[in-house]
Amino acid sequence: MQIPAALDPVEAIREAMPDSLLDVHLFRDETTLIIKPEKIVAFARYLRDTKGLVFNFLSDISAVDYYPDYNRPGRFGVCYHLYSMLYNRRLRLKVYLPEDAPTVPTVTVVWRAAEWLEREIYDMMGINFKGHPDLRRVLLPDDWEGHPHRRDYPLGYETVMFSFNKDEINKSKPYAKE
Amino acid sequence: MTLTPVPVPAQAPEEWQGSVEALRGLVSDRAMTGETLLLNLGPHHPSTHGVLRLLLELDGEEIVTCLPDIGYLHTGIEKNIESKSYEKAVTLTDRMDYLAPMSNNTVFCMAIEKLVGLDVPERAQAIRVICLELTRINSHLVWLGTHAMDMGAMSVFLYCFREREFVLDMFEMLSGQRMMGSYMRPGGVWRDLPAEFLPALNKFLDYFPAKIDDYETLLTNNPIWIDRTQGIGVVEPEDAMALGMSGPSLRGSGVNWDIRKAQPYSGYEQYNFNVPLGEHGDVYDRFLVRVQELRESLKIIRQAVDKLPGGPFRSTNRKFVPPPRAELGGSMEAVIHHFKLWTEGFPAPDEEVYVAIESPRGEIGCYLHGTGGNKPRRVHFKTPSFMHISALGVISQGHMIADLVGIIGSVDIVLGDSDR
Repeated sequence: MQIPAALDPVEAIREAMPDSLLDVHLFRDETTLIIKPEKIVAFARYLRDTKGLVFNFLSDISAVDYYPDYNRPGRFGVCYHLYSMLYNRRLRLKVYLPEDAPTVPTVTVVWRAAEWLEREIYDMMGINFKGHPDLRRVLLPDDWEGHPHRRDYPLGYETVMFSFNKDEINKSKPYAKE
Repeated sequence: MTLTPVPVPAQAPEEWQGSVEALRGLVSDRAMTGETLLLNLGPHHPSTHGVLRLLLELDGEEIVTCLPDIGYLHTGIEKNIESKSYEKAVTLTDRMDYLAPMSNNTVFCMAIEKLVGLDVPERAQAIRVICLELTRINSHLVWLGTHAMDMGAMSVFLYCFREREFVLDMFEMLSGQRMMGSYMRPGGVWRDLPAEFLPALNKFLDYFPAKIDDYETLLTNNPIWIDRTQGIGVVEPEDAMALGMSGPSLRGSGVNWDIRKAQPYSGYEQYNFNVPLGEHGDVYDRFLVRVQELRESLKIIRQAVDKLPGGPFRSTNRKFVPPPRAELGGSMEAVIHHFKLWTEGFPAPDEEVYVAIESPRGEIGCYLHGTGGNKPRRVHFKTPSFMHISALGVISQGHMIADLVGIIGSVDIVLGDSDR
């Protein structure tokens, strides 16, 4: 089988969708395409289905919170780490989302692997994925309040139990009572 | 960031008052009328390899829907790492995939090294390869033992755990800990190989191949084993890729993707080894792939031991790696570096990197975002078990409930890995 020659993803995107590509960032040989959030599905489809690109494997989706003083286009960033099995290379798509009601369309229609990865981000970061078939919490209990991976969510702790205060602490514990 | 105590509820939560209605849309409509049976499997069930809970919808013995439910082992490791300096966070990564702690250490250290631009000496890379492959053997032994036990072959479990002790003894020589060694550190490894390590490793290399033959004698041509595993849990290669499967579970479907070959790290390109591939993508093929991987790992270790380079076992860049104790008595500079690195740590740029390596279970990735300061802004681990559990629901559809146990075992999940 003839494998089509590899295309440079940045140039291919610049040609195909110049308006939706906001920026290209290079750091330690990793290419990041910063794009408009509402265009993510179009990008995903294009990168997966175009000959010479074929990013057919979704490695990871991760979200990052730039709270408190972000000098970036939005408080949240969502990174899609793509991998092309055919051409053996990686690419990162990144979208910035605003602090109020961060929402991005789901890419589950392109890669099924995104289903749980997006659920995890919804759970931990409170980012909504529009059109997701089953957007429930995945790691935390359903009735959990807040989104722990946000930077303004405090790292909680429990008071250390010593002999002088153990009775008092035990009173507030939800142990089974006789 | 201020710390506030977690409020503890004054009384025990009320009993669950839910109904099947809550599951509408997740299970088929037949479950609403009681035509099919809803069954809870786990989280305490021994065959779920930890604390995996599955909600099954059964039509007789056939699985209509399988809804995996995880999170029982969530320990907030990623959140905790955000409050620790880079080197101190390494110990937390051991606790994710507790059967392959060296892989977790390595991927985290490699992400740090990439973020700050730190080189790893050749000797350290070779030591890492030896440890990574020993970890693979260790993890595959636990997998083989428990998987076979789930399917009714009890004795394999005992043999596997007997051999695993040798590997754990070697890890104890290296780091003082059997499992959670935190032996990998940014810039290399914690200390050089102790004198007793290589003799013990050579002894193991001579001893272990015959034991793999024993496992194969017990299982590979065993008609009961073949009956239970062949044609069960078939995953087509396209589906496996779309579901995000990786590692031996993906290669069992015949997809030739091994990060050690595709994007070599830590000097894997120097070693000569094969990537075993399955054909049918069923439970049996995934079993064969992993057993062959045991032999390939031994091959890699032999080569790594043969040409183990000399030189330092950890980078000598003192901006990131603390000086050895002996230098502190004679050098003021060493004292300053020691003090800076152990109190404050080193800064990393406000940039992001993604590093992926081949863990025993598949692609484990580390997304690391610095702040410009001494603590990371965000760490995210892409873990193979998480992806494999999400795929379980699709793979197990239409199978008998007794085969589900085999399918769970064949994708080799560790709940610490998926829940983090």
